[in-house]
Amino acid sequence: MSVLVNRETRVICQGFTGKQGTFHTEQALAYGTRMVGGVTPGKGGQTHLGLPVFDTVREAVMTTGADASVIYVPAPFCKDAILEAAAAGIRLIVCITEGIPTLDMIEVVEVLRATGARMIGPNCPGIITPGECKIGIMPGAIHMPGSVGIVSRSGTLTYEAVRQTTDLALGQSTCIGIGGDPIPGTSFIDCLALFEDDPATDAILLVGEIGGAAEEEAAEYIRAHVSKPIAAYIAGVTAPAGRRMGHAGAIISGGAGTAAGKYAALEAAGVVTTRSPATMGDAIREALNRRERVSGGR
Amino acid sequence: MNLHEYQARTLLARYGVPVPPFRLVSAAGEAEAALSALGGERWAIKAQAHTGGRGKAGGVRLVEGRDAARAAIGDMLGMRLVTAQTGPAGRPVNDLLVEVPTDIAAEFYLGLVVDRSRQRMVLMASREGGVDIETVAARSPEAVLTAVIDPLVGLQPYQCRELAFGLGLEGRAFRQFETVARGLARAFRELDLSLVEINPLVLTRSGELLCIDAKMNVDDNALFRQAELLAMRDPRQEEPRELRAREFDLNYIALEGDIGCMVNGAGLAMATMDLIKLAGGQPANFLDVGGTATRERVTEAFKIILEDAQVRGVLVNIFGGIVRCDIIAEGIIGAVADVGIKVPVVVRLEGTNAERGRELLESSGLKIAAARGLAEAAERVVAALREGAA
Repeated sequence: MSVLVNRETRVICQGFTGKQGTFHTEQALAYGTRMVGGVTPGKGGQTHLGLPVFDTVREAVMTTGADASVIYVPAPFCKDAILEAAAAGIRLIVCITEGIPTLDMIEVVEVLRATGARMIGPNCPGIITPGECKIGIMPGAIHMPGSVGIVSRSGTLTYEAVRQTTDLALGQSTCIGIGGDPIPGTSFIDCLALFEDDPATDAILLVGEIGGAAEEEAAEYIRAHVSKPIAAYIAGVTAPAGRRMGHAGAIISGGAGTAAGKYAALEAAGVVTTRSPATMGDAIREALNRRERVSGGR
Repeated sequence: MNLHEYQARTLLARYGVPVPPFRLVSAAGEAEAALSALGGERWAIKAQAHTGGRGKAGGVRLVEGRDAARAAIGDMLGMRLVTAQTGPAGRPVNDLLVEVPTDIAAEFYLGLVVDRSRQRMVLMASREGGVDIETVAARSPEAVLTAVIDPLVGLQPYQCRELAFGLGLEGRAFRQFETVARGLARAFRELDLSLVEINPLVLTRSGELLCIDAKMNVDDNALFRQAELLAMRDPRQEEPRELRAREFDLNYIALEGDIGCMVNGAGLAMATMDLIKLAGGQPANFLDVGGTATRERVTEAFKIILEDAQVRGVLVNIFGGIVRCDIIAEGIIGAVADVGIKVPVVVRLEGTNAERGRELLESSGLKIAAARGLAEAAERVVAALREGAA
């Protein structure tokens, strides 16, 4: 079991014949992801990397039965690409592209709410169920099938978390990069709910960062709805207010969105936290141990 | 991207927002013509700089008589405005906005932002104009009136009426409010703004609404389709190293500390700053070379870090996923050889080809220490600084 993607997931790539689409589709195929085709308008009928190319997502879905799509098209065209995927009946849309205008995303999430399609990202590394399905730009080799569900707003910091849980032989059930933009398609709460219901996930590692209130909202949700052990790290304790720290969403504005506030909210909800990104693995082990002690005492 | 007040006011006027006439003065020689054109004997002179809190910092002056006006203009042009938001370096004042002061009966706040939790635009209004909206919201949340905008239909007239009644407006000002609010919402959408504030929006003694200060931020991600706004960028308001970093697509933010850092990925870059702090040091900057760092970008990034006179040590932290660590190592070696090196450099490489990268660094003959662990790397650079100081 896992969350959202597994060995059955049939994936197409939008922006398939471009440089990014080509490179990462090769990587996905090498990992064993069931890639079934790709879309590049105007190149329909061709074959690329041994897979069929389609002009439209609708054709790709009708021909291949794809249920997931990964998007590598340039930012100005992403709104269109996402809406096309949703209209064609794609159930899971993973948008890797960085730099999409915020107002485009506000419109996109509004439409997606009505269609029921789920979008992960944008501006994210993607999603992976180790050993089964890799959709996105993460390096496959650092992952290990296992029991920790990881959800993160950052790319390379997720790899750090993956490496640490792999080194501790805990492994990962599924890792979801929800992205660093202010309007993400999937939230921490969505992922917490999925991991809570997933039998393969024993513990959840949440990697947050400054800006917005997603971690505070997650803390509220954890308090009421999550029984599994959770550990968290929040990046940006030293980040100055009012400056955008690389990610469009990583900004402390009007005194809100600080790492201190997020840590306080998560700790109040019983989450094991660490101030060091070097000890995220230790924190998740601590969360697991604490739970064992509690259940052992019953 | 930030805009100046005068740019924001000019843009808002286009959307039907009532803005009093002003003149822009960029050289002392232009003062006389501006004062004559505006007329009267009293003027408000406002420094155009990318910061809030200008009033308290001496960036806004009310003057009476031409001599006083000329003197104030002479004083203010070329000054560096230091406010609570700018840090000690302040911002240069290259332009002044000059206008005739308004007779004010009441001051309001009107602003439009993206509410991340609701995933929608939200219009906010308050009877406490001239004050930070965050301050008002923290003290008395009920004093902030809001209208959540449905992206599919836009701001509706009933929402404007609700706010106008809430602000206690009547007569002409009540009717004007809908024009102002809907103009603001239209500007937000068409100009791809991330923030627009009219603070204060004033009610004049003659019963009219007037926008006498405006703040506008543009969504950087949308600049590709906002050519006119992009042309309004004022690079003089930006830190020179940050400006250069942007030319190379690097995310660089100058900070106060003395340990420079170069990292791939924004989250990991913030985390690395935090690690330096945990190890007892202070980061000199935030720098994200991007998830797909190339040799050239690494070289340029390294140069920018080393140009900072405050930097007394450098920590490089790369998690090679798609990008290979040996390529990064070559970039670092190239940069160090290029610019010379006087401070300790600790490099932590992890991920794809990390071993090969470490070998390259060690055999380079340059003063570069290769670290394995994340925490170890931060501790070593902090320790190296202490040794240097002792």
